[in-house]
Amino acid sequence: MSEPTLLYLDGVTVSFDGFKALNELSMVLEPGEMRAVIGPNGAGKTTMMDVITGKTRPDQGRIVFGADIDLTKLDEPAIARLGIGRKFQQPTVFETLTVRDNLLLALAGDRSPRFTLWARESADEHAQLDRLLATIRLVQERDRRAAELSHGQKQWLEIGMLLAQDPKLLLIDEPAAGMTDAETAETAELLREINRTRSVVVIDHDMAFVRALGVKITVLDEGCVLAEGSIDAIQDNPHVIEVYLGR
Amino acid sequence: MRLDRANIATLSCVLGGAAVLAAMNLLIPAVSPLHVPDFVIAIAGKYLCYAILALAIDLVWGYAGILTLGHAAFFALGGYAMGMYLMREIGARGVYANPTLPDFMVFIGWTHLPWYWYGFSHFWFALAMVMVVPGTLAFVFGWFAFRSRVSGVYLSIITQALTYALMLAFFRNDMGFGGNNGMTDFKDVLGFPLNRESTETGLMLVTATVLSLSFLLARAMIHSRFGKVLIAVRDAEPRTRFLGYRPESYKLVVWTVSAIIAAIGGALYVPQVGIINPSEFAPGNSIEAVIWVAVGGRGTLYGAILGAMLVNLGKTWLTSALPEIWLFAIGGLFIVVTLFLPRGITGLFTTRQPPKGSKQASAATEASMREAAR
Repeated sequence: MSEPTLLYLDGVTVSFDGFKALNELSMVLEPGEMRAVIGPNGAGKTTMMDVITGKTRPDQGRIVFGADIDLTKLDEPAIARLGIGRKFQQPTVFETLTVRDNLLLALAGDRSPRFTLWARESADEHAQLDRLLATIRLVQERDRRAAELSHGQKQWLEIGMLLAQDPKLLLIDEPAAGMTDAETAETAELLREINRTRSVVVIDHDMAFVRALGVKITVLDEGCVLAEGSIDAIQDNPHVIEVYLGR
Repeated sequence: MRLDRANIATLSCVLGGAAVLAAMNLLIPAVSPLHVPDFVIAIAGKYLCYAILALAIDLVWGYAGILTLGHAAFFALGGYAMGMYLMREIGARGVYANPTLPDFMVFIGWTHLPWYWYGFSHFWFALAMVMVVPGTLAFVFGWFAFRSRVSGVYLSIITQALTYALMLAFFRNDMGFGGNNGMTDFKDVLGFPLNRESTETGLMLVTATVLSLSFLLARAMIHSRFGKVLIAVRDAEPRTRFLGYRPESYKLVVWTVSAIIAAIGGALYVPQVGIINPSEFAPGNSIEAVIWVAVGGRGTLYGAILGAMLVNLGKTWLTSALPEIWLFAIGGLFIVVTLFLPRGITGLFTTRQPPKGSKQASAATEASMREAAR
């Protein structure tokens, strides 16, 4: 591998009205890695996603993507075009568009109005959409409006949109929220499958889910890294026990 | 398929209706009860111009979620550009018989034509300015507004400010646009006398054609991939950013196109009503136009045309029958439509999926997007 790291957060600080949501947070993600980020409410998990995707600008620190791209200088669309996809906790799809059109807009390609005004769907795009629809099991629903889908189907559609973007790195916020045990297990399986070709960062606080993923874990607390390691090491860590159970 | 039907139905109503009116005006002798009098042609022409404005508003409001409360500004600017041509066409036939200066300039003691009036004696130049001036204004305004991510009610308010500021500016005599009297007493357009009935009918037919073409253009935009992105921006703007789209570029394109369409409507309006003055910029005009779209049904394009026609028919009738209640009537209409007909009149006839289930879903989306936008 030529690239030593895929994503490198270096002393990132974000404060809102004096409150430090991230406090000199540093973290390294290897190419191809899947990482679970956990932590109590207010630990800075979502803020971390926000600074990586360009929604929030850090006050200090650098975020380096790949060899030398500083993400703190870019805005959301530019970062998305670099190949960083983000899934929100609530499924957010385009309700009045059909399932297929949702995926079509997500497909990697030119994003400028000049292109989309004249764009015709290519045979390649057609084939990609068919494959994606099959992957996310929404072939039957392809021409229905996204608004008509069930909650679970929307989650799948949004994952399909992420895959359509063909990102190098996926950031996924609480994918298992509101899911049954069976669905949670299935989602973990899906993420592992995605991880075969891409790097993934998953935020969650469901320990069972994180255990099912079986990957390296970063524990955040008060805006910085409290602990990092395997699930067993984390669960035996006295600091982690204190933060999670000791109050 | 439903869309194609709507296309054909709209075009045949607009073009067919205009053609039938024109034929009944020109071909049937005035003594016959079937003869359509000139004033009906004039009114129909006016309504068609309003329909062009409504279509322009629906393009940005219905599909990009930009609630513009200042679109009449672009309509009026287009009207002024056409008015300048019509003033120059008068030539020496004005009261002061000055071959270059319009009457109002002679009246305030000007001796030279200001530079920004140069070229308006050519129809082609005026026609270009009808599109260039409002288009440029819209582009610059949109560039700043959309880049700074001004949206929702804040954007609506600054569009009101825009049209109000223009109204105040055009009221000033030394702007050189006729002050509060505006421009009037036009004689002819391209050599056709404006008071001849065949000219009136011709203008009405041209307006119907322009409306149809604008409708087709708007439809083509909406049904392209561009249009899908636009709808995505309307439904979940932050999400489009994380997909790599720049919502501001999409809004800017549709906003500028819409302003140009509105301006062309205004340019067709002026020769048909025979006057353009600063009251066309009044903030209330823009709001009224938004009500036409709401009544007809937002986000359908043909609903905007229908709404403009129906509300203005009502207005023409009501302002002559019971002039003092018109403002209450339009206010009430807006409330009734908002509360009971959120999809307007056309919503009554289309069998779109019931919005009930999607309501909760969109509330959830909205909540999460709000969370994301924080």
